[in-house]
Amino acid sequence: MIFSPASEAEACTIITDARAAKRPLAIEGGGTRAGLGRAAQAEATLSTKALTGITLYEPAELVIAAKAGTPLAEIEATLAARGQRLPFEPMDHRALFGAQGEPTIGGITACNISGPRRIQAGACRDHLIGVRLVNGRGEAVKSGGRVMKNVTGLDLVKLNCGAHGTLGLLTEVTYKVLPKPEIAGTLALFGLDDARAIEALSRALGSPYEVSAAAHLPAGIGSEKPRTLLRIENFAHSVDYRLRELQKLLAPFGEGLRLIEDEAHALWRDIRDCRFFAEPRDRAVWRISTAPTRAAAFVERLAAQRDLRCYYDWGGGLIWLSVPEVDDAGARAIRAALASSGGHATLVRGSPDLRSRIDVFQPLAAPLLKITAGIKAGFDPDAILNPGRMYAGI
Amino acid sequence: MTAIAFPDLDRSILSRRDEIIAGLSALLPRECLVTSDDERRAFETDALTAYRKLPLAVALPRTTEEAAAVMRYCFEHGVKVVARGAGTSLSGGAIPQEDAIVICVAKMTRILSVDYANRAMRVESGVTNLGITEAVMADGFFYAPDPSSQLACTIAGNIGMNSGGAHCLKYGVTTNNVLGVRLVLVDGTIVEIGGDHLDSPGLDLLGLMIGSEGQLGIVTEATVRILRSAEGARPVLFGFPTSEEAGACVADIIGNAIIPVAIEFMDKLAIEICESFAHAGYPLDVGALLIVEVEGSDAEMETQLAKIVEIAKKHGVMTVRESQSAMEAAAIWKGRKSAFGATGRIADYICMDGTVPTGQLSRVLQGTDEIVKSYGLRVANVFHAGDGNMHPLILYNVNDPEEQRKAEQAGEDILRLCVEVGGCLTGEHGVGIEKRELMNCQFTPEDLAQQMRVRAVFDKAWLLNPAKVFPLEGRIAA
Repeated sequence: MIFSPASEAEACTIITDARAAKRPLAIEGGGTRAGLGRAAQAEATLSTKALTGITLYEPAELVIAAKAGTPLAEIEATLAARGQRLPFEPMDHRALFGAQGEPTIGGITACNISGPRRIQAGACRDHLIGVRLVNGRGEAVKSGGRVMKNVTGLDLVKLNCGAHGTLGLLTEVTYKVLPKPEIAGTLALFGLDDARAIEALSRALGSPYEVSAAAHLPAGIGSEKPRTLLRIENFAHSVDYRLRELQKLLAPFGEGLRLIEDEAHALWRDIRDCRFFAEPRDRAVWRISTAPTRAAAFVERLAAQRDLRCYYDWGGGLIWLSVPEVDDAGARAIRAALASSGGHATLVRGSPDLRSRIDVFQPLAAPLLKITAGIKAGFDPDAILNPGRMYAGI
Repeated sequence: MTAIAFPDLDRSILSRRDEIIAGLSALLPRECLVTSDDERRAFETDALTAYRKLPLAVALPRTTEEAAAVMRYCFEHGVKVVARGAGTSLSGGAIPQEDAIVICVAKMTRILSVDYANRAMRVESGVTNLGITEAVMADGFFYAPDPSSQLACTIAGNIGMNSGGAHCLKYGVTTNNVLGVRLVLVDGTIVEIGGDHLDSPGLDLLGLMIGSEGQLGIVTEATVRILRSAEGARPVLFGFPTSEEAGACVADIIGNAIIPVAIEFMDKLAIEICESFAHAGYPLDVGALLIVEVEGSDAEMETQLAKIVEIAKKHGVMTVRESQSAMEAAAIWKGRKSAFGATGRIADYICMDGTVPTGQLSRVLQGTDEIVKSYGLRVANVFHAGDGNMHPLILYNVNDPEEQRKAEQAGEDILRLCVEVGGCLTGEHGVGIEKRELMNCQFTPEDLAQQMRVRAVFDKAWLLNPAKVFPLEGRIAA
């Protein structure tokens, strides 16, 4: 059964009825990230496909609001027409999942989806300034608003960004946006091993040139030669100047080369969307966040034990890993290695069977798990909304 | 009798004061527990000085473990706890009550690690905001949020209030610049959230914690993000005939895809007050002033400034003055950052902190003026124009109860106006006691009940900073 409320009031009724009937609902936006997370234990689907449309756009105030089911493409086109964009460069999961459909702004919000620019501009959650949602009690609730700075009351905005729909059905979201810079330019270094590459990225990110993306693609990831990439976005004269300065700064790491813009654009899209690991489909894909300087050693430790492919984004702090889906797809080894390097791992792609057997999201310390369960109960006392999507029993 | 009500005191706690002090004495060395009247007096208020309440005692833990021991004791004995950093809250966030213990992190001031390669720094939460930047400045790094009180205020307080500052137009506020915290829960449990990596797993408890005004726990350590300073920074003064023209210029700069690091606004009265204090060379013949700061190499700053000057000319700019030296730049910022202190020299004031959509700035400035005049008072406006975070300073005499009542009433009217035009009650100072009873005009009962159910997960018994944030009527515990 699929429910598609066309208004917040209808959503309240549907959820109130579901709660009375003790009938859990799986929340769906565009369906492009259905493979992300544990399978929700639900009999019916609650879809945002009839909750669409941009409700507010004030370019001079750098703010846009839209109903949750609005396609991302519509938002991006609307912003682009006024020379603006969402600063956090959300990843498109379709290539990785082989999914059809249109990503929605609600799905991006619910999963806190960011991309390479996260290293400079901040994550999805840093730009989300307001939400409206319907909680598991069938009540419409708002938090935040449409202004840039707002500390009024507890920040339920961030709490719902990345909650994967376990706390409420998002009905409307409001983002701050930024002007699109005049141009982007990408500098590439070649032939560095992982540790040395991350050292170069750290040096660049510690420079005053405002690097907007920093990635390392080891040998075999899209090319025979390892490539270390740095992007700068700004007015044209600044990009030229800053890339030259960066090249000087990174001279000890080799002679850098400025890539042709079209080629660089496609490369950053591939990095953002994890296209390198799209095929073969039967391999599991992990996303690991750790401190950049500990990333290469972390990968090395794991690589000694198994067949893995990897690349780095966020200056080395985001590791994408592809491993065969055998046994626990490396879950125990990855998390054991993280215990010493710090950070967290999420299984982004895996079969439904694998996702039901292992912790998809990083297991939480007992007090934090208790708080998480308490918050879930505070929003959704009868566990009607996406139950079990993030953690078993929550 | 002052206007803001406090919750009823717990008489049983007051009657057990000696016993509680004895209990705390067993947990802390003598120099870490303040019990005498004279010394407690230093903790009776914060920067909302019209309200004063003497706490039962003040604990000054030196470690997370000591803070946890005090929390556990208070939890087991039903004693309320008010967290305190440096006591610079403008909303009364650190004002205690007679039946509450203050836990102040002022003794926890160690910088634990500086990690340039990962651009992260670990500090104890009593470190001042400026202290963080000072520790890394020589190496060309800084911590971005820069509230005006940065010389005194602690990172603990910044986290409690999600503080902003003049430069958050580009760099964001506290919540965008903190990577992790060590937190003591109400029962003394110590937890770590986040770390020196990006994004914490599970629900965004770090985001929930930041700005929670001491309602959910006490932060004893923090990992903050540090950034490399720009090659150069230059503040420029733009004088306009009227506030309207200055406001329109702000919208036009942003509309032209230029995001300066900061755009600060001052009206005529604010200019006079700040200039007589800081001698920053502010023009006195203008109706409104913008301080616009740009960053980058010399050539980059010049290019960007030329574009801004061109825009300002379209809005009738009367004066453009670039800082010619680092000293002049410092003087320009000193004038702005001492606005509150300088105002305090000529009158008592209350500082409002509503944020409005930037397109509504002119309307709200005019409305503010009318409201304050209708009470027969004066107002100085100095605020972060780029993000619409207004700071009207309503001048009054604290020794005149009638004037205080009028000033508070005017402040309330202004905040209602902010909400009415699509804004909010507070952009960076927090709700505290000051705006607590106005929460109902921004939020529905369902909105507030949802927040309180989240709060209850951390503190069912309302022991943590209980006089703050939520209206006293209609509180729920689960």
